[in-house]
Amino acid sequence: MAAKIRIPTPLRKLTNNEEIVEVNAGTIGSAIAELQTRYPGIQERLLDDGGAVRRFVNVYVNEEDIRFLQDQQTPVRDGDEVSIIPAIAGG
Amino acid sequence: MGSGKMRRASVFTSSRPDEKGFFVAAALQAGCVSRGRRAEAGQYGKKNGMEKNAGFMKALKCRECGREYPLAATHVCEFDFGPLEVVYDYDRIRQSLTRPAIQSRAQTMWRYRELLPVAGEPTVGFQVGFTPLIKADRLARRLGVRELWVKNDTVNYPSLSFKDRVVSVALSRARELGFTTVACASTGNLANSVAANAAAAGLKAYVFIPADLEQGKVVNSLVYGAEVIGIKGHYDEVNRLCAEIAGKYGWAFVNVNMRPYYAEGSKSMGFEIIEQLGWRVPQHTVVPMASGSLLTKVRKSYQEFVGLGLVPEADYHVHGAQATGCAPISTAQKAGLDFFKPVKPNTIAKSLAIGTPADGFYALKVMKDTGGAADDVTDDEVREGIRWLAECEGIFAETAGGVTVGVAKKLIASGRIPANDSVVLCVTGNGLKTLDAVAGQVGRTREIKPSLREFEALLDAETRSTANV
Repeated sequence: MAAKIRIPTPLRKLTNNEEIVEVNAGTIGSAIAELQTRYPGIQERLLDDGGAVRRFVNVYVNEEDIRFLQDQQTPVRDGDEVSIIPAIAGG
Repeated sequence: MGSGKMRRASVFTSSRPDEKGFFVAAALQAGCVSRGRRAEAGQYGKKNGMEKNAGFMKALKCRECGREYPLAATHVCEFDFGPLEVVYDYDRIRQSLTRPAIQSRAQTMWRYRELLPVAGEPTVGFQVGFTPLIKADRLARRLGVRELWVKNDTVNYPSLSFKDRVVSVALSRARELGFTTVACASTGNLANSVAANAAAAGLKAYVFIPADLEQGKVVNSLVYGAEVIGIKGHYDEVNRLCAEIAGKYGWAFVNVNMRPYYAEGSKSMGFEIIEQLGWRVPQHTVVPMASGSLLTKVRKSYQEFVGLGLVPEADYHVHGAQATGCAPISTAQKAGLDFFKPVKPNTIAKSLAIGTPADGFYALKVMKDTGGAADDVTDDEVREGIRWLAECEGIFAETAGGVTVGVAKKLIASGRIPANDSVVLCVTGNGLKTLDAVAGQVGRTREIKPSLREFEALLDAETRSTANV
């Protein structure tokens, strides 16, 4: 059971430059916790003091924004792809 | 409500003092300046493509946590992903940017050059801006407000939208940093502008758009020889893909890694409004919102001119306009929230169809701080807005212009803009680009033979039918 998390450039210093990290967690929330165990410090980059996803961080599971799913409770299954992307300007 | 002092403080926060070699390091860290490109950049007058100084810019700074970064092609804080913004040396700008200095310069957006983030002279789009500010008396009467002005960016040069402002800054800065390929994620107008300005500057352009965009906007990008990639998805999906592409290729993505420079170009619209109104800040400004960036930058332009002493302190309100089919910011504002919930867009106002607005949070803050309001209008109201602006003022705006007029109507009718006040509407794009949105709904052609008798019969019939109504 593994899902792939695509690590954005600004966070790769924390993941020893790994671009894709595999996790076994069942939800986005626990996936972030698992990342934190393996790469200490990564959680505070993604979550604010209240434990919510930072407002300029967008998280997608298979290209769908988790805010349209179940936020941090969104299930992550084997083979899913998770992207973490900063919000960007309009056009 | 932000007092004048508060407003000034938020923009004029001091940053750390310049350090020797800081800017050279900045350019080196841009990560984009390969040897070949560096040599090429030399032909634009920069020795080795490096900057000896950074003009009136000091650094990039995270709007969330205040961490500073070099003036490179980078857009998010490495710590909290907050957007980076250019920090200026306002003390030096105050010496240089006076009313007489501005008035002595060419009538383009670059007459406010000190407040636009390029190190040297602009090399792309130096004819952009200084579009007409129209006193719209007929539309004022129809909307029921004492004084109304239209800032008419439907005739911006060269691609007929306000995007030429942001693009001329982004591409001028991209050249300074040594890039030769530029790109963007776009709902259409930005694609047109990047394609046109890149062509004129001899830069290679890739533009990424939702595949279902209006035909006019697609052709308007292709004709300049840009590489146009249609993505099967809505703008937010185009955006997400481009964020990933930008991380991988060494291009200047105007609204991704060039965003701190790009976004500042929008301020020129506000600077022009102030100057064209006779050096005063308008009481009310209605701004269309997609990502919310333009609204925040119009407000910043007012703050900067007040802060630099170019205009006196004044009370002003900045209002935001969205289409009901994509109204995450307006919905949040009306509910009194300071955060928004993303939506899936479904509106004819495709240029505003951003369901996850990157500057939504700041746009909400600007409206709150200035006592502004937001509202949204249906597709039918958008078409009505387009018609009213055209019928009353002879200005044919694209759908975003219809959104702005429609929302102004609601704000005035509900008293959120008092009938006795003065209002500026920011009209940002040209109607010839979105003909599909109104075709068949703005009157019809009557066909007759080339015969005077037939014409007179037609007039007669129509006069009679009007009289019967």
